[in-house]
Amino acid sequence: MYVYDEFDRTFLQERVREFRDQVERRLSGELNEEEFKPLRLMNGVYLQLHAYMLRIAIPYGTLSAPQMRVLAHVARRYDKGYGHFTTRQNIQFNWIKLAELPDAMDDLAKAGMHGLQTSGNCIRNTTTDQWAGATPEEIEDPRLYAELIRQWSTLHPEFTYLPRKFKIAITAAKHDRAAIRVHDIGLRLHKKDGETGFEVIVGGGLGRTPFIGKTIREFLPKRDLLSYLEAILRTYNSGGRRDNIYKARIKIQVHEIGTEEFTRRVEEEWVQIKDGALALDDAAIDTIRDHFQTPDFEILPEQSPELAESLAKDREFARWHANSVNAHKVAGHAIVTISLKPVGKPPGDATAEQMDAIADLSERYGYGEIRVAHEQNLTLPHVRQKDLYALWQQLSAQGLATPNVGLVTDIIACPGLDYCALANTRSIPLAQRITERFADNDRIADVGRMHINISGCINACGHHHVGHIGILGVEKKDQEFYQITLGGKANHKARLGELLGPAVSESEVVDVVERIVDTYLHLRHDKSESFISVVQRLGIEPFKERAYVAG
Amino acid sequence: MTSPLQQKLKIHGPTVVTANRLSDGVSVWLTPTYEWSERIADAAVATTSEQALDLLNRANGDENRAVGAYAAAAVLGADGKPAPANLRERIRVNGPTVSLDSAA
Repeated sequence: MYVYDEFDRTFLQERVREFRDQVERRLSGELNEEEFKPLRLMNGVYLQLHAYMLRIAIPYGTLSAPQMRVLAHVARRYDKGYGHFTTRQNIQFNWIKLAELPDAMDDLAKAGMHGLQTSGNCIRNTTTDQWAGATPEEIEDPRLYAELIRQWSTLHPEFTYLPRKFKIAITAAKHDRAAIRVHDIGLRLHKKDGETGFEVIVGGGLGRTPFIGKTIREFLPKRDLLSYLEAILRTYNSGGRRDNIYKARIKIQVHEIGTEEFTRRVEEEWVQIKDGALALDDAAIDTIRDHFQTPDFEILPEQSPELAESLAKDREFARWHANSVNAHKVAGHAIVTISLKPVGKPPGDATAEQMDAIADLSERYGYGEIRVAHEQNLTLPHVRQKDLYALWQQLSAQGLATPNVGLVTDIIACPGLDYCALANTRSIPLAQRITERFADNDRIADVGRMHINISGCINACGHHHVGHIGILGVEKKDQEFYQITLGGKANHKARLGELLGPAVSESEVVDVVERIVDTYLHLRHDKSESFISVVQRLGIEPFKERAYVAG
Repeated sequence: MTSPLQQKLKIHGPTVVTANRLSDGVSVWLTPTYEWSERIADAAVATTSEQALDLLNRANGDENRAVGAYAAAAVLGADGKPAPANLRERIRVNGPTVSLDSAA
């Protein structure tokens, strides 16, 4: 965990006081809506269909147990008893009252939390691998660099009014769990000739014009990270379009002028500033590292005998373990993913009681650390293997041990028309119906890895373009229809899905999804060939032939 | 269900004016006496573009009580009271179609 210092704490308190004053002036009529709207957006406050929504930043997805308890408190005191974890590792509350927002923010600030960089045309909260600092796959903890980016970007005077919002993601593992290729900037830590640096990927994004990002630098030394980011942002800020909101993201600029020209402009800018104040030395990185409290890991055997015994005696535990537990870099420990996708429930939602329970369990079994995954699940990154059985039992009691991580019912879905003012169709009820159709744990385990992503409109908050099965809601004559794409991927081999065919009605879409799954089972060589592998091997035609044929 | 933010004021039948209450964001409807009600049944009904525009102008001039006003199509029940005409407005009237106690 990164521990805020006095500067951070003072800044947050001042920001809350400032926002309280702004809210009071708005409620009294001293500020009009046009004046107030950009101020509330700078604090993560949106107005949705039924109420204000407060989005709270969870920098690089890392939460402490006390912070999770504060989120539970906010859910209980200011909302309707639950919160919704998002695809950018944040949490949002859907029923906040404007008049109570300053108090909620005050409570959050006391735990070092806020809504900064979760809204508006600024550099948003940097996201990363939810397994950072725990997975043996990584070459370095990427959160150090995410924190550096946070400190550089939060109050950056030049980048407060960008042409559009700007999202950065960073990973240090070969398997990309942060979807870096569909971000405005993706950063991949890797080694070259013994030195660690970054591959810099620019211009990825989803929405109405999806693009996979382009690599503009294969290797950037760590010392140059911030100066290079500054050069990219300057190139975008000065050259990005402001005449059309739908063409204002950096991906459009890169597409319109070409990767080569964009890179040339960045490099030209960078040469001017690379040796200036933003150059990082080891001391600067060490200062950040010192603010991260690493758990004092217990010395344990590589394999826990208690775990082996539990796996042998309890089949349901073994199923959950096979699905939700992954290798840790420290002997005797494991990474646990907590599914927030129980059958028939809204994806990514957690009740206040569940948040409190997770906070307690993280302290009891996981050194008090919690992560949010962009797949809208939670992670306990450091769990002692010998405690896994007890943890599973207690997660089960809270409805938090569905063994479906990475499977067909682990659906990413935007809030959709049930909450969102921009949506055309609902997403959550569709996700619920799909999970009910595939409720059998044996069946979903047999189907294997499959990602379904649902967006209720073309803004693509459910990342449907990169779902193995992507579902996009479209409205036709006040009826909900859904377009389906196949073959998308968000990982290190990111690609956009291909449109299967005509949109299908709300009443048909679950049947169509089931026929796609059944077609896969029919076409695969064996269980080792995943759904996405079959789509890549055969294309979408065999699926198209069967998906639209009822019966 | 085109977003109201993109709508032009061209009505095709009974129309009400709706917004979100400033203090808490709750959906409200403009009444014949230019008050705001949480019940769409209390809403003033416009049947011409001029009437709808008048209501909308009234609503936009009252942004210290309600914000984001727009004209929404309505249907009239047997009692003559307005009701929502499309899914988006039905959800605004009735709340999310996902029951709140079913959150994870």
